[in-house]
Amino acid sequence: MASALINVPATARRGDIIEIKTLMSHIMETGFRHTVTGEAIPRNIITNFTCRYNGDEVFRADLFPAFSANPFISFFTVATESGKFEFQWIGDNGFQETASASITVT
Amino acid sequence: MKRLRNISLSLLAVIAFTSLIEAAEIAPGERRSGASFMSVETQAMQNDATANPGMLGVLDGEVLWTRKPAAGRACADCHGDASSMRGVAVRYPAFDDKLNRPVDLEQRVNLCRVDHQQLPPLADESRDLLALTALIGRQSQGMPIETGADSRLQAFIDKGRDAFMRRQGQLNLACTNCHDDNWDKRLAGSAITQAHPTGYPVYRLEWQGLGSLKRRLRNCMIGVRTQPYSADAPEMVELELYLMSRARGMASETPAVRP
Amino acid sequence: MAESDRTTRRQFLATAGGAALGAVSLVHVGPVHATPDTMKAAIRDIVNGAAVRPGKVKLDVPPLVENGNTVPLTVTVTSPMSDADHVVSIHIFNEKNPQPNVGNFYISPRAGRAQIAMRIRLADTQTLTAIAKLSDGSFWSATADVVVTLAACTEEAT
Repeated sequence: MASALINVPATARRGDIIEIKTLMSHIMETGFRHTVTGEAIPRNIITNFTCRYNGDEVFRADLFPAFSANPFISFFTVATESGKFEFQWIGDNGFQETASASITVT
Repeated sequence: MKRLRNISLSLLAVIAFTSLIEAAEIAPGERRSGASFMSVETQAMQNDATANPGMLGVLDGEVLWTRKPAAGRACADCHGDASSMRGVAVRYPAFDDKLNRPVDLEQRVNLCRVDHQQLPPLADESRDLLALTALIGRQSQGMPIETGADSRLQAFIDKGRDAFMRRQGQLNLACTNCHDDNWDKRLAGSAITQAHPTGYPVYRLEWQGLGSLKRRLRNCMIGVRTQPYSADAPEMVELELYLMSRARGMASETPAVRP
Repeated sequence: MAESDRTTRRQFLATAGGAALGAVSLVHVGPVHATPDTMKAAIRDIVNGAAVRPGKVKLDVPPLVENGNTVPLTVTVTSPMSDADHVVSIHIFNEKNPQPNVGNFYISPRAGRAQIAMRIRLADTQTLTAIAKLSDGSFWSATADVVVTLAACTEEAT
């Protein structure tokens, strides 16, 4: 299983705007490179990333080969209620990884 | 791309010419981590543990640390929590009593696997070896490097120092010509640093992943057009040992980020 | 020297480097890459004929990057992020990578702040464009010029 580094504040006050940072280990092979013997190296990238907050989508991204290896994405959301953030990465060759983090909102 | 490479080659030639004047070692008070040569953006990437891509290797290492082999014990079964490794990486390469020579951290991990875990050694630069050394190194983050305190290492440090001072390769350059004499200058777009290995394994942006000090040294050797040492060459460990002892007292940054 | 001779020599050097390393050495093969025109076409696909005005969008990227493989980038859009007035999506484009698209990001008033950060690859010195779509259907943009330097000593002995 691929490693993911997720940073969500453990606690927040209702209405706080919080930053969420995500790192997913992935080679992000562009599909535009060749080996020295001339063979094309097939594309192998993450194409989609989604963050859900208690089931509701709060952030979504389409990724292209221009994304660095081990894609890093950070974004913001308003802390509305205690619960769970669920993250999903989908990519080439059936790549699919999930991670989650909980938050307590007071 | 080719044009820039040519520029960097001609700069190397300038260094080769101008450094005929003898090398002077860096005074302890003037030593600087490679991090201090980086852009503020790259420094920020290293310093934020929630955004440092090298931390993915540390996370992988945590999984491996507790994984039980078919026969034998997991790392954690003998060593306990990985935090027990605090202070270990900053002493490597260290003298091995049985082998009667210094071994680096990668070799120590592999000796442990073979001797105590009934496992084959991990391949040089493999994901798992980098993950374990990143995990072990991370435990000493912020601690001063202590390598070389053991007097039995002195003869090996001296050999490493000789290699550092010796001109080699088609460009006829010694490590010292760049890293002692010209660390305040640039080579094409890159800063010439003082070559203190304070954060290995490092996440190098060029590599888009973690790599060991040995990989970095091989890059340098290719740069001066000399034949790189193999991973297990005694000369490689001696050079690592000299560099680490040269950085004694500097803070460990593992996992560092470098351009 | 004939062009074909040069190609042979460079291939030989690349192979020699790979052998010395004991690893697979990769060479980049051109000339498949985006151009300012293909970037314009990619932008047209997103904005669908609407006007794109400069403003509201801030594109933070180092003007001189140390390595094109990992370039930190932050996009911030000035917006109250209310139900009535918010950013719907942010799109990032480049001129000279193999493809003009970098990423599309979809947000809502629940973001609170229209700001995203990421790390991207830039094959060469070029201009980046960020475009934001607002809830009223308008498009706003910012551009940034980035100089990409190359490492002096790399594993590719080309």
